[in-house]
Amino acid sequence: MSSETEVPHMREVGYVSKKTGVRWMPVIGLEVHCQLGTRTKLFCGCEYRFGASPNSITCPKCTGQPGALPVQNREALALAVRTALALGCTVATKSKFDRKHYFYCDLPKGFQISQYDQPYCTGGGIQLSTGKFVRLTRIHMEEDAGKAIHDRGDMTLVDLNRAGVPLIESVTEADIDTAAEAVEYLTSLKEILQYCGASECDMEKGSLRCDVNISVRPAGEPWRTKVEIKNLNSFRFVSAAIEHEIVRQVDAYEMGEEIVQETRLWDANRNVTRTMRSKESAHDYRYFAEPDLPPIHISSAFLEYERKLLPELPSSRRARYESALGLSPKDARNLTAERVVADFFEAAVRLSDKPKECSNWIQNELFKMVGDPELGTERFEELQLKPFDLVSVIELVDKGSIAMSSGRTLLRAMAETGKSAKVLVAELGLAQVQDTALIERWCREALVGKDKIVADVKAGKPNAINALLGGVIKLSGGKANPQVVRETLERIIAQP
Amino acid sequence: MSAYSALDAVGLAQETARGKRSASENIEAAFDAVKALDSELNVFLNTNLESARALARVLDAAPAETRGPLHGVPIALKANMCVEGFESNCASRILAGYHAPYTATFVRRLVDAGAIPIGMTNMDEFAMGSSCENSAFGPSKNPWDETRTAGGSSSGSAVAVAAGITPIALGSDTGGSVRQPAALTGIVGFKPTYGRVSRYGLIAFGSSLDQVSPFARSVRDVELVTHLMSGTDSNDATCLDEPRMNCEICDLKGLRIGVPKEYFGGGLQHDVRARSEEALALFEQLGAVIVPVSLPHSEHAIAVYYVVATAEASSNLARFEGVRFGRRVDGDGSLQGMFAATREAGFGPEVKRRILLGTYVLSAGYYDAWYGRALKVRTLLRRDFEAAFESCDVIVGPTSPEPAFALGSKKDDPVAMYLSDVLTVPVNLAGLPAASVPCGFVDVLGRALPVGLQIIGPHRADARVLSVARAFEEATSFAAARAPRFFHGARS
Repeated sequence: MSSETEVPHMREVGYVSKKTGVRWMPVIGLEVHCQLGTRTKLFCGCEYRFGASPNSITCPKCTGQPGALPVQNREALALAVRTALALGCTVATKSKFDRKHYFYCDLPKGFQISQYDQPYCTGGGIQLSTGKFVRLTRIHMEEDAGKAIHDRGDMTLVDLNRAGVPLIESVTEADIDTAAEAVEYLTSLKEILQYCGASECDMEKGSLRCDVNISVRPAGEPWRTKVEIKNLNSFRFVSAAIEHEIVRQVDAYEMGEEIVQETRLWDANRNVTRTMRSKESAHDYRYFAEPDLPPIHISSAFLEYERKLLPELPSSRRARYESALGLSPKDARNLTAERVVADFFEAAVRLSDKPKECSNWIQNELFKMVGDPELGTERFEELQLKPFDLVSVIELVDKGSIAMSSGRTLLRAMAETGKSAKVLVAELGLAQVQDTALIERWCREALVGKDKIVADVKAGKPNAINALLGGVIKLSGGKANPQVVRETLERIIAQP
Repeated sequence: MSAYSALDAVGLAQETARGKRSASENIEAAFDAVKALDSELNVFLNTNLESARALARVLDAAPAETRGPLHGVPIALKANMCVEGFESNCASRILAGYHAPYTATFVRRLVDAGAIPIGMTNMDEFAMGSSCENSAFGPSKNPWDETRTAGGSSSGSAVAVAAGITPIALGSDTGGSVRQPAALTGIVGFKPTYGRVSRYGLIAFGSSLDQVSPFARSVRDVELVTHLMSGTDSNDATCLDEPRMNCEICDLKGLRIGVPKEYFGGGLQHDVRARSEEALALFEQLGAVIVPVSLPHSEHAIAVYYVVATAEASSNLARFEGVRFGRRVDGDGSLQGMFAATREAGFGPEVKRRILLGTYVLSAGYYDAWYGRALKVRTLLRRDFEAAFESCDVIVGPTSPEPAFALGSKKDDPVAMYLSDVLTVPVNLAGLPAASVPCGFVDVLGRALPVGLQIIGPHRADARVLSVARAFEEATSFAAARAPRFFHGARS
């Protein structure tokens, strides 16, 4: 991720017009706003929660009361810097906040505190799976605006809970060629932000928001006018909007029309983009240095401290899971999509040294429990299971102390009750029967009337015995060890 | 027991704390003065007798050991300060009826020391002006001559002290708004180093210039009030981490007093020059050494100031658009229409002029030529002072180029009005501490009008400035002079 060099990549993608056969190349850049998961807002002590009752999380500062002053949140700077380091950006030792002016009812001070000509970091980027490097131009810190709610009759209501929530805005170079690349970039960015603990990146709650800048040009020609698309609330919409906008722009050019520089909105109901405002009404933001905040100085000691707090990133973990732990690329991707899962997996592997079993159990059993209404767990981290719990179940199954199916039952019971494996094995009577006399009795019972199978086994078809196994396990209530059952059956049949 | 208005704040607090008088009696005396003088001098925009009486009762009941250094002292506050229980309208129609939901740090600290806010004083709208003629509620009058300005923009606070209504009052000094009215009303005003006093709760005009500043009838009072207000504040990131002030009466022997030739130029009124030179002669007699210095970029100070201050003002005043507080005018029914109609109806002409100016100098394409260049010259002005202070300890000169001018005489000439601040503005641009102390009178049409002497110190040398001011005060009797007709108690 820290590589600054652009990997040469094929530029023969693009969109071939059915009408003219011309190959059109899209030129795409992304601007992503991400709410930092700090305890308090960027410039005041209000503790933001999504969904709180309107205007309940406000104070003189974030409502822009006359005479109130902003004070910088240190935690926001730490998270912003950590993100920058994870993305390979160059962090500026000195930067500053600026005021960006415009009038709107959800902007309490009449200006937004942002960073204009001295962002806290520049450069960096994300490597895609194709090897292509999408470069970041910059990331800057700013405060979020409030929310204007327009759908209440002829009134507009303003909720300032969100006003002042810390954001980082990352801007890419126009390195992206396709909707798929855009989605891969966003997926990686989201993973990195989550791994750093910078943000929960929940698009539904607005903690991750993406704007697309896009133009098209015939292959080999210079760049043309770009259009900005807003209101993209999911990666699916980002993808659909890009696909739609490429076709719209190509059609326009081929009809002899011009594309005007404007901001367009994605209309998810009709699957089209439509004009929001044109460049003629563009704002003059009248940026100038925020006089109420001292410049931001980032010392090398602070940088080093934050660098030490950086977790191993998902791309590196995936590579390691494949090479050192022998997992498939698909398993590696599934296990690293969320940091809590990857951390859980690694802890379980450290305890058991059984990466494949851990991987299978997590994907087959634990993932199923997430979102299970009976358990009431909506997120992985809410599961009442520790890596040790999973490993203890895996060990019991591997040792033959319990059957595989009992292992599943046990794990679920542990998640439900929070009790230990040992206690539940006893409570639920899951231990496999080791009593050979008892197993022999079940075997003899199962053999009654199965002379044909016995004859086949004796005739040199040992696999015929499998047809008897199920019957014995059933008689045991699932507690007989299949290996012991097989050996017992072989012994009885072999008897003269 | 001395008469209420005969005492300064330190004296009044001592008598009150010792039980010679009560805080409640002080409040009644202050409101008697309001009653006697306010209709003629137009000092207060709103007062709160009930809250003052309630606070006084609490203080009177307080045990002796908890009584603070301002115990029971009535104080007047400029109407751009946020105090729960008072209307902070900045003398503007747009904030008519605005009650802040919080109290400024500096007010809280004074109240903790025993001060009792009695009311919010008249001012130029949003602190923009030098005569109070930009108040939406009519100008305050000078107690020395009610046909003349009391200066501005902290006019009402200056008059409250000069007329004996309160011993101390707070103003805000962005380009001279405390020192100039102090000079024109014959009292002491002190602008601390930028950042010494938290601005949390001061409604911003020019954020990089504004500083809360006290008025009083003695230097020891402004020293005490500044001392009590200063110190870091978790609500103001620009606050200096300065030790509390430690002022000592200073021996003037060997003190190097810098006299900038630019402050004694052609625009200086003859009699004001004379009083200033007499003051310098007195300093010499007391053992100080006069050192000629130069502040070569002073001629650009007014231009720089009106770019920087208006740019910041255009930004700071953007929040007044009718959505959350103050007055709202619906206009054509659209959101932008409401913003425009509210601002059109709410702001006075000078505020509009400055918002336009500030918006222009920050506009794309003009920023570098105006705001960017002004910042560079501001740096040069700061360096002028740094260079001058290599050869002197303080800089002394007149505070205002002329004594109080007649109300109406500059109303239609904004540039002439802006030049009233030519001697005070450089100090704000450089962020330095400066005091204005009374240094005599000039006779204008048979009336004695006060003249102020400005003492400027290096960055953070607030204590030095006040020590020199106190030495001057002790050697002279100008601070003891009272306006003959409009000083509370003088007429009874």
